[in-house]
Amino acid sequence: MTPQDDKPVPSPTDGEAPLTRRDAKDTARKDEARLENAVETAGGAVPPPAVPATAAALGAGPAPESTLMQRIMTGNALVAFLSVVLSLILGGLLIAVTDQNVARTSSYFFSRPQDMIGAAWTAASSAYLALFQGSVFNFEGDSFVRMIYPLTQTLTVATPLICAGLGVALAFRAGLFNIGAQGQILIGATFAGWIGFTLHLPAGIHLLLVILAGMVGGAVWAGLVGLLKARTGAHEVILTIMFNYIATNLVLYFLSTPAFQRPGSTNPISPQLDATALYPPLLGPAFRLHWGFVVAVLATIFVWWLLERSTIGFELRAVGANASAARTAGVNVSKGYILAMAIAGALAGLAGVAQVSGTEKVLTSGVAASFGFDAITVALLGRSSPWGTFAAGILFGAFRAGGVAMQASTGTSIDIVLVVQSLIVLFIAAPPLVRALFRLPSPGARRARKGGSTTPTPASTGAAA
Amino acid sequence: MSTATTARDERKNGAGDATVRSWKTPVILSVVALFALLVFALGAPGNEVTFRLSEENDPIVLPSIVVSAPVIGWIAALAMAALAVLAILRTRSERKIPTWVLAVFAVLFLVAFLTWVVGSARTPNVALYGLLAGSVTLAVPLIFGSLSGVLCERSGVVNIAIEGQLLFGAFAAAVAASLSGSALVGLLAAAVAGVLVSLVLAVFSIRYVVNQVIVGVVLNVLVSGLTGFLFSAVLSEDSERWNSPPRLPVIEIPLLADIPVIGPILFQQTIVGYLMYIAVAAVYVALYHSRWGLRTRAVGEHPKAADTLGVNVNRMRFLNVLLAGVVAGVGGSFFTLVAVSGFGRDMTAGQGYIALAALIFGRWNPIGAFFAALLFGFATNLSNVLSLLGTPVPDQFLRMLPYVVTVFAVAGLVGRSRAPGASGIPYIKG
Repeated sequence: MTPQDDKPVPSPTDGEAPLTRRDAKDTARKDEARLENAVETAGGAVPPPAVPATAAALGAGPAPESTLMQRIMTGNALVAFLSVVLSLILGGLLIAVTDQNVARTSSYFFSRPQDMIGAAWTAASSAYLALFQGSVFNFEGDSFVRMIYPLTQTLTVATPLICAGLGVALAFRAGLFNIGAQGQILIGATFAGWIGFTLHLPAGIHLLLVILAGMVGGAVWAGLVGLLKARTGAHEVILTIMFNYIATNLVLYFLSTPAFQRPGSTNPISPQLDATALYPPLLGPAFRLHWGFVVAVLATIFVWWLLERSTIGFELRAVGANASAARTAGVNVSKGYILAMAIAGALAGLAGVAQVSGTEKVLTSGVAASFGFDAITVALLGRSSPWGTFAAGILFGAFRAGGVAMQASTGTSIDIVLVVQSLIVLFIAAPPLVRALFRLPSPGARRARKGGSTTPTPASTGAAA
Repeated sequence: MSTATTARDERKNGAGDATVRSWKTPVILSVVALFALLVFALGAPGNEVTFRLSEENDPIVLPSIVVSAPVIGWIAALAMAALAVLAILRTRSERKIPTWVLAVFAVLFLVAFLTWVVGSARTPNVALYGLLAGSVTLAVPLIFGSLSGVLCERSGVVNIAIEGQLLFGAFAAAVAASLSGSALVGLLAAAVAGVLVSLVLAVFSIRYVVNQVIVGVVLNVLVSGLTGFLFSAVLSEDSERWNSPPRLPVIEIPLLADIPVIGPILFQQTIVGYLMYIAVAAVYVALYHSRWGLRTRAVGEHPKAADTLGVNVNRMRFLNVLLAGVVAGVGGSFFTLVAVSGFGRDMTAGQGYIALAALIFGRWNPIGAFFAALLFGFATNLSNVLSLLGTPVPDQFLRMLPYVVTVFAVAGLVGRSRAPGASGIPYIKG
């Protein structure tokens, strides 16, 4: 996309000396730190607003006299951890409140309060224990394989979440809110699936072609949104939502045609993909974990490189931070939108491949489950950074894998997982709230006090509320 | 030098934009007109199409409209082609395309499409009055949802959480109406539930300045999870007690309800239906003809200016978001008190997002949003009716219709529409 030479870009004025791309980039680079800041905030909370910029900068870096303890107390990692704890507590309360035993024991709460508290504790803790056993480590398993099986399940579920989450995150960095991962996964899976069960090719080439087809499918579907946005200025949120519905119906239509159905059947389910088109198992046949996970790791590295180390990524971030400024600096904003959406779609397409040729092995209309929508929360939780998204994908994968096990063993509905997940994202997005709830010092507070500033910091306004 | 540069820049940009804009509409019109010629005129079914305006036992019986499909197809398609040529000529001489061209074009397309699709059905006979009345009914939650969006966005807060407000309203209405045995209590509870969702949106986006789109999306997930969890943990355990709300009765206004076609639409509704008309009118009048409306728009367009003149920006936004919760919550009650009796998991099924689309389609104007929502209701109802009539078009494509129409509308006709200036940008005083 970007030639590295000093080719003059079309100058905004005719009379002035032509502005070279390198010049523009140098100028832009000076502001890169600020841009970085702006881009980071696009993925989450805006930095403490009432704090003067200098104070915020000081709060971010360790002040000379700050101790390790203070740094931990004001750091983002602690807020993230506390957000998870807080969300789990709230989810536990919800489980306890709706539990049958708790309801029964609450009728004689005043004569024997310990019964109800005990029942509430049992309800919440057994649900969470099942969640943990189903997602990380099953210490009741009779063999090593059964013990670590849950962890591999988590990674299996995390694979499409990571891929699609990366797509959402990348688009977000380019200033595009991509709600269309669901449709992109579906179309990607359809392309990949069709290649997988229609063509019969030797091993290796077949899988490669399947992966490629999935990426192309997603890229075309999302690139169309980018194109419409760039050409007509239509809002991408609306477009991606509509494209989700269109994709769902399109896949349903395909599955109603003989080309996609099993011979002699009219059920909306495709034939099984050829063995040559499937991701091989990563840890042997005892586990469902497949090589798609490795692809997800590679995709994460690629997105990191693209965003942080490449010219294209820099331009995309510039477009996301301030499209007008980017245009002035010689970045082709329209091209940026199309490219960002196409890459995002290709990543979502990878998620579709992970589903159709890794986990499901057939194409159905439900092949995307709700991964496309979960991917949005994954990207938000990961603050739109590649490795943050990766970690968030694994966390949500654990929640989902564990949630299934929990629903099976304790009967607690898997919907509780949605509640906990969304609470986590909400709390992490509002660090001042979490700090206020746990009475933690806020990063800017000390400085603000020292400077005698009367402006209240967000934390203090939060505490006052 | 720099001023001159900027001025020239602006002129150049302006001219560039104008070229892009002006050619877009004629191109789209031409493509659609060509499509109409090929499908509606050349591909017209040879039979007659009947549009019924009333039933035989109605108090006032109107004769049915019977038309010949090829005749209508050719007339409409040729007229559309003429309009497209007109648009091309206007653009060529760098003049504006009048709005009526677009309006007439849309109506012609609709007529031609209806005639063609009904004509190709197994039974080329459709009850037009039912089609229209059903569209309005289906549009009710969309209209409430998009009004909620108007209230929020006009004051500068993006409301993606419409879906959550509708769903929580539906849930609260079902539970409260079941427990109390009164549908009106359910209606109130729905409003309260909408406000609760709004409260979270307001606190996080205004007080904690979290990105508004993020809060909205997350709120939708939260409400979906919460209601889904409570549904399986509480509601389905004892649905007799928790999830069997009485339905809101249809109130017929005597005499007026007997008017053919418009009677059922305007005068044969539930309280929620009447409230919908009142809400559209009230929001419109309040927004454009009251002090509150002026302040709301100022806060959403240029908060700093409003602040300078003594308007408390964030308080104004907070109140507007809460009010939007009332509106959307009442809209949510439609699902459990009017459409069906009882709550179902994720029963709003993305209607909140469609409402969002209607809001943008309607250019952030209550009346515009109303008509955009009606269009969605019509497209949805049409696909329902047509699948009953048995058309050659596959069912999935009919279901796609509302969404494809939106894409065309957003990309072709309202792409140039502008959101309120400060929508989505938190206001930090100082």
